[in-house]
Amino acid sequence: MTQSKGRFGVHGGQYIPETLMNAVIELEEAYNHYKNDPEFNRELQELFNEYAGRPSRLYYAEKMTKDLGGAKIYLKREDLNHTGSHKINNVLGQALLAKKMGKTRLIAETGAGQHGVATATAAALLGMECVVFMGEEDTKRQALNVYRMRLLGSEVIPVKSGTATLKDAVSEAMREWTNRIDDTHYCLGSVMGPHPFPTIVRDFQSVISKEIKEQMLEKEGRLPDAVIACVGGGSNAIGTFYNFIEDKEVALIGCEAAGRGIDTFETAATINTGRLGIFHGMKSYFCQDEYGQIAPVYSISAGLDYPGIGPEHANLHDSGRAQYVAITDDEAVDAFEYLSRTEGIIPAIESAHAVAYARKYAPTLSEDKIIVITISGRGDKDCAAIARYRGEDITE
Amino acid sequence: MSKARIKEAFANSKAFIPFITCGFPDVETTIAVVEAAVANGADLIEIGIPFSDPTAEGPVIQGANLVALQGGITTDKVFDTVKILREEKGIKIPLVFMTYANVVYSYGAEKFMTKCSEIGIDGIILPDLPFEEKAEFSDVCDKYDVALISLIAPTSESRIAMIAKEADGFIYVVSSLGVTGTRSEITTNLGSIVAKIREVTDVPCAIGFGISNPEQAKKMAGFSDGAIVGSAIIKIIDKYGKDSAGPVGEYVKSMKEAVVS
Repeated sequence: MTQSKGRFGVHGGQYIPETLMNAVIELEEAYNHYKNDPEFNRELQELFNEYAGRPSRLYYAEKMTKDLGGAKIYLKREDLNHTGSHKINNVLGQALLAKKMGKTRLIAETGAGQHGVATATAAALLGMECVVFMGEEDTKRQALNVYRMRLLGSEVIPVKSGTATLKDAVSEAMREWTNRIDDTHYCLGSVMGPHPFPTIVRDFQSVISKEIKEQMLEKEGRLPDAVIACVGGGSNAIGTFYNFIEDKEVALIGCEAAGRGIDTFETAATINTGRLGIFHGMKSYFCQDEYGQIAPVYSISAGLDYPGIGPEHANLHDSGRAQYVAITDDEAVDAFEYLSRTEGIIPAIESAHAVAYARKYAPTLSEDKIIVITISGRGDKDCAAIARYRGEDITE
Repeated sequence: MSKARIKEAFANSKAFIPFITCGFPDVETTIAVVEAAVANGADLIEIGIPFSDPTAEGPVIQGANLVALQGGITTDKVFDTVKILREEKGIKIPLVFMTYANVVYSYGAEKFMTKCSEIGIDGIILPDLPFEEKAEFSDVCDKYDVALISLIAPTSESRIAMIAKEADGFIYVVSSLGVTGTRSEITTNLGSIVAKIREVTDVPCAIGFGISNPEQAKKMAGFSDGAIVGSAIIKIIDKYGKDSAGPVGEYVKSMKEAVVS
């Protein structure tokens, strides 16, 4: 069987309506042109450095290291970026690309609201119109982010269809794109969807591992033994992994959201519980029933509450190059509180999944080992929800 | 056999093609509605296998999918329904499935197409399987003589000839941008799209998306070989529920009269 473009092993491809085909082809051609354009790269570098605050810190978590008593732990501080997460890396890249392509309007999906806020921010900066689709359920869980997007001049459309969460927001953004293509770029937020999105988003996020490598060589004079990141669609994880893929001595560990456990139906752990399928423009692993109906997934983290995973991750899993572990709500909430108390850093509940795994993993390694955890975002947005999880009744 | 049967549906006059979501609101209603549509002049019927996340559909068909799935419809139950239509109800016109790639992929393409050929399904429309990805299923479709229907959209432009050259069964011409659903106006230059198709193939073309009334159907059939209507029929079924056969029959009659006039 001939394989189409944008494949990672058997995964990836372009499973989208004919109406969108010329749009993704146009995007691919534009990206292939601009990714090698010195002027484009200079502008993007300037936005990264001067606007988003890159490079982000690689911080030695000394107290955590001593407390856990094993490997030396570094935190890659994507939470310190402008807008509070790694999402800004991809959004600045795509928004600049869209502007070069002559587009005047950005649309985006968002789960927790981090990608929506980042897109609204880039649209404000670059003078573009912006519409964000967000599951109605998530607009309630993340009311503050809805306000932030509106404050930044974006329209936020609550999506009521399906489970009213991230997957439905993606579906609705895709529907809107088929409706209006000429002036509109779909600023997809993760390493998913049809080619060329998984490649474009990965390239813009790969700045994370590029910096980790440089900073680690500077601080320790060697590469880390493992890098750990949370995975929903997988953009911060692929960003964390990418420049280490060829360095086989570096373990790549992705942390999926197990929700209430991978032996329950209330989970979003795609690699651990999903099957190969075709959805949202790509072939990859998806949580689905025996007839291929997409499962209504669950996680405490709105940003990891997605039934699929990016095709490059699916391939890294197939080849065994990366390992994907499942972290429950309880473990993530414990880690959220642990990092806050131990290091004075409140991580996003998404990132807390990576911290939770590191708490189990670091003590199994000797003291001469080094691990890096990517803190993909800051946790202010999650405080009210975690308080409620712990039975405290607080209002924002 | 299947492909010949589809060709025949377009042979004598302009075709009217209703779309019906299987299991909306239940299988008994689907059977009654299909019988009524056939009795009133439908030339070919698209039977929708519900999918949880139908990204090419507007709110009306999304809603029908949800109700059907909540009612317990499955791919196997859709196969059983088609078997009843063919064997017990004696439906002879071509029947094609409309669903999403994951429904076929998850069932196993070979197993799915074997079933199609056993029960008398003549073709399949997968809106999330563009030309570049059709190799996913085309060999197995050919093997079991199930036509893999190609779609051509208002944005296809330079892609039209490439798609049309390899088209099988009939070509589904998408009338407008966006998702399925009724529209007051269709502004795409469909005449020029069909003319480009005609340069490379004589496979019949039917226009769908947004058509709801006889005037639109007549106009669309004027550009092509037939008109496809989905959301307008689903709205009737939504309104009349289990008693939909009569109203759908009347509607199909008026639309068939419009396309041949």
